[in-house]
Amino acid sequence: MDLSILWFWIIAVLFIGYFVLDGFDFGVGMSLPFLGRKDVDRRVLINTIGPVWDLNETWVIVAGAALFAAFPEWYATLFSGFYLPLLLILLALIVRGVSFEYRHQRPESHWKKWFDGMIVVGSAVPSLLWGVAFANIVRGVPLDANHDYIGGFFNLLNPYALLGGVTTLMLFFTHGVIFASLKTTGDLRARARALAVKAGVITIVVAAVFLAWTVISFGTSVTAVLAAVAAVALIGAFLANLRGAEGWAFTLMALTIALAVLALFSALFPNVMPASNDPANSLTIENASSTPYTLQVMTWTAAISMPLVLLYQGWTYWVFRKRVTGAYIEKADGARADGARADGARADGARASRRSSSVGSLNPQDSALTLAEGLRSDHLAAEQAVTASGDDMDELDAGLNQVDAPPAGS
Amino acid sequence: MVDWLDPLLLARWQFGLTTIYHFLFVPLTIGLAFTVAIFQTMWVRTDHAKYLQLTKFFGTIFLINFAMGVVTGIVQEFQFGMNWSDYSRFVGDVFGAPLAFEGILAFFLEATFIGLWIFGWDKLPRGIHLACIWIVSAGSIASAYFIIAANAFMQNPIAFQMNEEKGRAELTSIGELLANPIALAAFPHTIFACFMVSAGLIITVAAWHLARNQHLETMRPALKFGLWMMLIAGVATTFFGDQLSLAMVEAQPMKMAAAEALYHTTAGASFSVFTLGTPDGVHELFSIRVPHLLSFLSTHDFFGTVEGINNLQDQYQTLYGPGDYTPIIWVTYWSFRWMIGLGMIHMLVAVVGLWLTRKGRMPANPWVWRAAVWAFPASLAAMTMGWIFTEMGRQPWLVFGLLKTADGVSPGVSGLEVLISLIAFTLVYGILAVVEFKLIVRAVKKGPDDLPAPDPETGVVTPRVTVY
Repeated sequence: MDLSILWFWIIAVLFIGYFVLDGFDFGVGMSLPFLGRKDVDRRVLINTIGPVWDLNETWVIVAGAALFAAFPEWYATLFSGFYLPLLLILLALIVRGVSFEYRHQRPESHWKKWFDGMIVVGSAVPSLLWGVAFANIVRGVPLDANHDYIGGFFNLLNPYALLGGVTTLMLFFTHGVIFASLKTTGDLRARARALAVKAGVITIVVAAVFLAWTVISFGTSVTAVLAAVAAVALIGAFLANLRGAEGWAFTLMALTIALAVLALFSALFPNVMPASNDPANSLTIENASSTPYTLQVMTWTAAISMPLVLLYQGWTYWVFRKRVTGAYIEKADGARADGARADGARADGARASRRSSSVGSLNPQDSALTLAEGLRSDHLAAEQAVTASGDDMDELDAGLNQVDAPPAGS
Repeated sequence: MVDWLDPLLLARWQFGLTTIYHFLFVPLTIGLAFTVAIFQTMWVRTDHAKYLQLTKFFGTIFLINFAMGVVTGIVQEFQFGMNWSDYSRFVGDVFGAPLAFEGILAFFLEATFIGLWIFGWDKLPRGIHLACIWIVSAGSIASAYFIIAANAFMQNPIAFQMNEEKGRAELTSIGELLANPIALAAFPHTIFACFMVSAGLIITVAAWHLARNQHLETMRPALKFGLWMMLIAGVATTFFGDQLSLAMVEAQPMKMAAAEALYHTTAGASFSVFTLGTPDGVHELFSIRVPHLLSFLSTHDFFGTVEGINNLQDQYQTLYGPGDYTPIIWVTYWSFRWMIGLGMIHMLVAVVGLWLTRKGRMPANPWVWRAAVWAFPASLAAMTMGWIFTEMGRQPWLVFGLLKTADGVSPGVSGLEVLISLIAFTLVYGILAVVEFKLIVRAVKKGPDDLPAPDPETGVVTPRVTVY
């Protein structure tokens, strides 16, 4: 097989990795205003993706670099042609990334609110614009003889592309909300599941129209099959969520996204960027790719290192497999508040009392509430214990033990 | 009259701005990952609480800084295609591979294990958790290698052949590309300079607390560590800087001539520490000179011949056709001096500091501490000067001898579009710089947290977990 064709599909796989992984943390980010009623809820949500968002985002860096190395012409045309959408994506990723790190640096609620907003916008903008970008690639854009894009900004905002944007937005949103239900407990988990039902209905409608449009206007028979299986997987995810099979729902959502991306790439093949004005100007796998030597070097590197990458990333997900609870966060906070108080007392009495009261003031009522809520939800969980996994049982124990301890920070 | 909508001018300003900004965070990421790994190793080996406190304390600063390095780095990768599409078409076959290696072999490691390290305190055995920060450090250093190897191709293009039909450079040997002599010297030069920046931060922080006579049990060892690290890294940076000069004279003699503003080819050339000249730089009014030093730096021979700007300009006109092949001399001249000067001052600070604090002494003179607090900003400035020198010294070339900067810019991107992005990046980066600076100052001033009480039976301290 020609290596440039192999790399066309490797690029597809890298973007699948990116959309499946960063997709759910975009979704969790977008779900904050819907699910995060209290600060502790928002923190639980953010902590479900805390350890992994960075590794998820790295997939787009690798996809971009692989595009540069394997298809320099494609990379050059796409990135210079879609200049303003990519600028918006970059700005969104910047504010979103720092917000995760900065949000918890200060206790004031206006500080947190500000960064919550940045996380929501920073997650929604890329979710929408990646769909717009990929739909435009499939649809074709005007290119000159040097393969430079000549369409202008507003040409990118056509109905098909906008529908593509809404599709990725909704897919990632639902994907993220299902992930939230998989990684939280109690009331939050129940609300996430309910939200995933509502979002799921919209997602199915939007995605079905977009996929059908893709198949009819741009697709081949392979595209049709992939799109059909994607649609079935999406409906399966919806049903699994209805039945409370969160693991299945999440897996099927991932499969939906993967198949949808494959459907788009199959519609593109063997072009990489069709020219809508003159087919002679189209970028194809053949005229956009690097030399066989460079592709060979890249193939060896990918073949040796990617299995290892998947192994250690899989291990990371396994390490953080437990659900995140409000109690866990409160406990970590309580420990920190103790430390801050002891530290402050020695340095400066007056300042210390101010600091500890500002840290502590959130805690007494709030944490008692959360613990009560956690207890209630754990009883709920116990009722469903027929299907509960071992992890859930561990948590149940941990949650119950928590109740014996005095509320943190009081 | 300056054309404010000239896409080339704007794209150059944007690339310069975003790259310098990105590289304010990278040295601290590289240097602090390594430093924190050492502190944590000392804690695991000795169980002394102070090392855990230092790990957590500098770990917090590291993480505030890390996020900025990551997100501003994505901009860099996208920007080649967005603003420099003709450059990307020209070099992609060669330049793309090290970038892809950087992603697959370095960034994945870094991004995955940083998550494990931040959130894994209660989820991983102590040894494995320690390994995570070492892997982050290794990943950050590996990423520096690949990006410097890519940059070295722009300074000294090798391991390629031209494909005239496609109008692009094509890779002929990946091994040769990665073993570019410029990369082999620039990589250790840069890494040790990153360690100097990290040492600068430690000295600044420790000096600030020690001047106030607080956190003595952690900040005294931190200061000592920072001073030694500064000295060792400073010597290594100087050594590899010298190696880099030699390689640079081979590959880009114009850059060395521009570093000294040496207009005429000279044997036994002197090095001016400081020059006052007429504003156009043509006439020298006053200078302090070290005889023969430039010849020694360029050739390791006090009587060696150094080529001058005018002679090289003539040579290049014959080779590449009519045009101006001279970088902006005052930029290269002063950035080169500030880089070296600040580096030397840092080594002096380290030696004096180690002398003043020998055998547990603590200098009482407040001016000692006031001076020491400047170690971090000054080391970061030295780093920035080095990059300005090496990138501006390559001009007017984007890829030396092959592609001019003016020919690399995206033809399809309008001046207005670049102006919009330049303003957007400036605003967002400016705001984030203020927030980041305030958060770091706040974390520094707060000092290390006290630790949880040790287990009464085993005496072992269980570190607190981190949550967002």
